[in-house]
Amino acid sequence: MLQDVTFGQYYETQSFVHKMDARIKLLALILYVVLIFVVKNFYGFLVVGAFLIVATIFSRVPLGAMLSSVKGILFLILFTVLLNVFFYQAPNETILFWVVSVESLTFAGFMALRLITLVLGSMLLTLTTTPVALTDAIESLLSPLKVIKFPVHELALVMSIALRFIPTLMAEADRIIMAQKARGADFDSGSLVARAKAMIPVLIPLLISAFRRAEELGDAMDSRSYSSSAVRTKYKKYRLTYRDLIGSIICVISLAGVILLNVYAGGIV
Amino acid sequence: MPFFKIMKAVELKNVSFKYGSGENLAVIKNLSLSVEKGEFLCVLGENGSGKSTLAKLINGLLLPDSGEVEVFGSNTKDKKSVYEVRKKVGMVFQNPDNQMVATIVEDDVAFGPENVGVSSEEIGERIDFALKAVGMEKFRFVAGQKLSGGQKQRVAIAGALALKPEVLILDESTAMLDPMGRKEVMQVAEKLNDEGMTLITITHYMKEAVKADRVVVLHEGEIVVSGTPEQVFSRPEDLKKYGLDVPRATYIAEKLKKSGVPIKSGILTEEELGEELCKLFQNR
Repeated sequence: MLQDVTFGQYYETQSFVHKMDARIKLLALILYVVLIFVVKNFYGFLVVGAFLIVATIFSRVPLGAMLSSVKGILFLILFTVLLNVFFYQAPNETILFWVVSVESLTFAGFMALRLITLVLGSMLLTLTTTPVALTDAIESLLSPLKVIKFPVHELALVMSIALRFIPTLMAEADRIIMAQKARGADFDSGSLVARAKAMIPVLIPLLISAFRRAEELGDAMDSRSYSSSAVRTKYKKYRLTYRDLIGSIICVISLAGVILLNVYAGGIV
Repeated sequence: MPFFKIMKAVELKNVSFKYGSGENLAVIKNLSLSVEKGEFLCVLGENGSGKSTLAKLINGLLLPDSGEVEVFGSNTKDKKSVYEVRKKVGMVFQNPDNQMVATIVEDDVAFGPENVGVSSEEIGERIDFALKAVGMEKFRFVAGQKLSGGQKQRVAIAGALALKPEVLILDESTAMLDPMGRKEVMQVAEKLNDEGMTLITITHYMKEAVKADRVVVLHEGEIVVSGTPEQVFSRPEDLKKYGLDVPRATYIAEKLKKSGVPIKSGILTEEELGEELCKLFQNR
């Protein structure tokens, strides 16, 4: 059933990485992405790889779940590799055959590594952090923007309500599809256009019901004294622990390692 | 002016309200109603009688076109006191899926107190208290979508209780539940009322009205019948006129009485009917 699908791929366990503060993890991911894009040579990827392996071991996340993310972008990786193999041009190429050179193959491999590590890293974050913790982290990290009157809290609330209603709306869609099927609607045959058209009688009721739900939710929030201008407090307080310190240190060491390798080992081509 | 005045929990004075601006669209017509502290009031009425509008008028979600609505002396029209009113009036709506703000039960219960600036420690205590009051303390860390309809509504009640209200309004809160869920929710509400909470339930299930202190029947925006459940349900013809039925037990008792069985009047619940019938058999 659709409603059993929880949003995101959160993998429930109590590991070192799970217990880290979501804010630190989010910052670590940003740093990690920077890392991947400043890497200039394959030695640098050894550092990135080591970082990933250590993080994965300490998160106790099954390897299969991690690798499934790569499967999802396999096509994109292949496409990138092919493009680079055929169109990459270096000054002094060692041509193997036609336009394929040693340099273009190396570069294509390099790009593929970049994509794979990128996806694996972000996967690790979503596997170890609940969507709620992530929205809280975003709210907390963006809170300095309140100074320029940016509606940080509202943004975070909108995000968390959207997450909260995904399963509800999925269940609703399920119900509408069944109701339409019971009246003889056909969603599974015909051309792509025909199938897309068949979805209209599902989408319109879904949209109307979403509006209705939104109105009722608004009333429910109002009657629980919601007002965006009020002095709000937060029930959950997030405190940094030794884990966050260790995690940050490892991140910084990795970044330093990559930069040093960039300087002393040179670029790939 | 007396030295002290007994403050009504809720007081509506000549309230009129309409959606839009048409002449014939009045939903509430010159309605006056007051609710005592600790009272259990049940508002009955068929669809479109204005009962949900009445509920929204009480906590200031809607403002009357004319007349006054006061909750413990605070007027809903006053912009400053409308938040006071909402703190004092907890409200639970019909659809259990549309009231939860957060994914996890405890986060949802925390939403109200967070809004009014309660400290983190006290929010924790209030969650404990509110979930215990509705018997859902075991579900504190559970995702709301995994609960049954009755459990979701109990969480919604807890969400209202976390604001420490003095009046609880159930606006057809049992309409979408199965009989079990309906029973759960009503038991919780009645327990709260026993502990002193002013309770207003809006429903079209007659069974839920029998335990109320007072029943009012709303028809086209006006109160047409008012009294104790016994008084109200002793006039089945009147109720029929307003699209309502008497509880099943009352209906059976009346039928028996008409066909000559010496059964007492004012029977409301199935238990009472059973007892009364047993007595009759013993007397034979």
